[in-house]
Amino acid sequence: MISDQLAEILGNKIIAYLITAAIPLFLFLVPYALYAVYAERKVSAFMQDRIGPNRVGPKGLLQTIADILKLIQKEDIIPKSADKPIFVMAPYVVFMGTFAAFAAIPFSSVFIGSNINLGVFYIMAVSSFSVIGILMAGWAGNNKYSLYGAMRSVAQIVSYEVPALLAIVSAVMVIGTLNLNEISEMQTARFWNWWIFGGPLQGIQKFLLIVPMLVAFVIFFVASLAEVNRTPFDIPEAESELVAGFHTEYTGMKFAIFFLAEYGNMFVVSAISTAIFFGGWQSPFGYLGNSFSIPLLVPIEQVFWFLFKSLSLVLVQMWLRWTLPRLRVDQLMAVCWKYLTPYAFVNLVLIGIISLI
Amino acid sequence: MLTEFGKILIFLILAIIFVALAFIVNRIIRPQKPTREKLMTYECGENPIGSPWIKFNVRFYVVALIFLLFDVEITLLIPWALVYREFGLYGFLVGFLFLFILILGMLYEWRKGDLDWVKPEVKPKDLKTVMKEFEEQYGKS
Repeated sequence: MISDQLAEILGNKIIAYLITAAIPLFLFLVPYALYAVYAERKVSAFMQDRIGPNRVGPKGLLQTIADILKLIQKEDIIPKSADKPIFVMAPYVVFMGTFAAFAAIPFSSVFIGSNINLGVFYIMAVSSFSVIGILMAGWAGNNKYSLYGAMRSVAQIVSYEVPALLAIVSAVMVIGTLNLNEISEMQTARFWNWWIFGGPLQGIQKFLLIVPMLVAFVIFFVASLAEVNRTPFDIPEAESELVAGFHTEYTGMKFAIFFLAEYGNMFVVSAISTAIFFGGWQSPFGYLGNSFSIPLLVPIEQVFWFLFKSLSLVLVQMWLRWTLPRLRVDQLMAVCWKYLTPYAFVNLVLIGIISLI
Repeated sequence: MLTEFGKILIFLILAIIFVALAFIVNRIIRPQKPTREKLMTYECGENPIGSPWIKFNVRFYVVALIFLLFDVEITLLIPWALVYREFGLYGFLVGFLFLFILILGMLYEWRKGDLDWVKPEVKPKDLKTVMKEFEEQYGKS
């Protein structure tokens, strides 16, 4: 673990762990969010036959940096009728919920913020922490749009957690551990050992597991789309009816923090599905570092593969956003309770029977 | 000695520091010229009418109740799923007895219509009632 080595060098554990916590924040989350916004705009532009941002920097690459500079300089307006303490606290809570999940994401076999043996459960629990922040933001704004947005958002996140958790429980039944690092480790460096292809099991069991695992992944993916308020489940911030949903009243840096948290959440759910279903940090075809016998290269390759897989899933989320129209509220609830949850139950029973063979 | 959850606490503290830092930088370099219009609640340019802090739709309460039941039950399922393969058929039967009750509860909710999102029902009146109402109001023509 990098954090332990840092602690030995620095001689102080707290500072070492603070640095380990700062690495995913400043080296990953902030640049990722900046370029995810850029990518989202470019993806939408390509899909709608436009050019997208192309003025600031080569190919518009510095566009979001200019945006964030603009947002820092913006006046911070708190409406007179707003509930001020809650209004100010909400961005903190939302961002804490997002960033706490980064603590258990295994970026590589040597880099994981906190190697707890409850990984998956912890991330699912802590990512619903931002529900409180969203409700606080919507309530404190004292605005009809933001309250509607927050209520819808909470109802949606809370409902879709049931199928998402059921899909994960059914995967955990075969995996047998909740530690994300161990889950990644057991899907050894060949892509047919990923859990979506039946995992590192042998014989008929592996063959039978392929379909239920695929179903579990699809259920989890759809539910996670709803949990991060992405289209087709973005009625909480349906622009055409609710202006901007729960953050209608927020300006300047507070607004930017909500955006950062939203893009961070997109990455977190993709990282969970990568770690559970797509082999985590394992390379699909073995490591270059091993074949050239440079052991230092292996962790770097692992980081590359982990980010490559998760960011591809983020890209799929963006692609879906510009492809599908959004659902109505009653359809949204029907998809959750009448389709996803029963399918997840059936899938759970199926996986239970298969792993008995 | 720092436990694994202590490291998580450091993550949380760092998140707070990061957001606070962003707000402080923002506070230093931003302009501050509030006017009456700026401080008004946004309602698409109109003056806001009434308070949004009113009694809210009860449907959200039903959703929250159903969620609470399911979430607690799934939380109880996770430890079972974790050791499922060690117990074989016995574990299967125990777990699925529990699951069976869970599914039974869900079917009950489904049958009761709690999973339906209640929509306002607008029935178009047929021509006869419209004519009758018209006659009652204005007399025969």
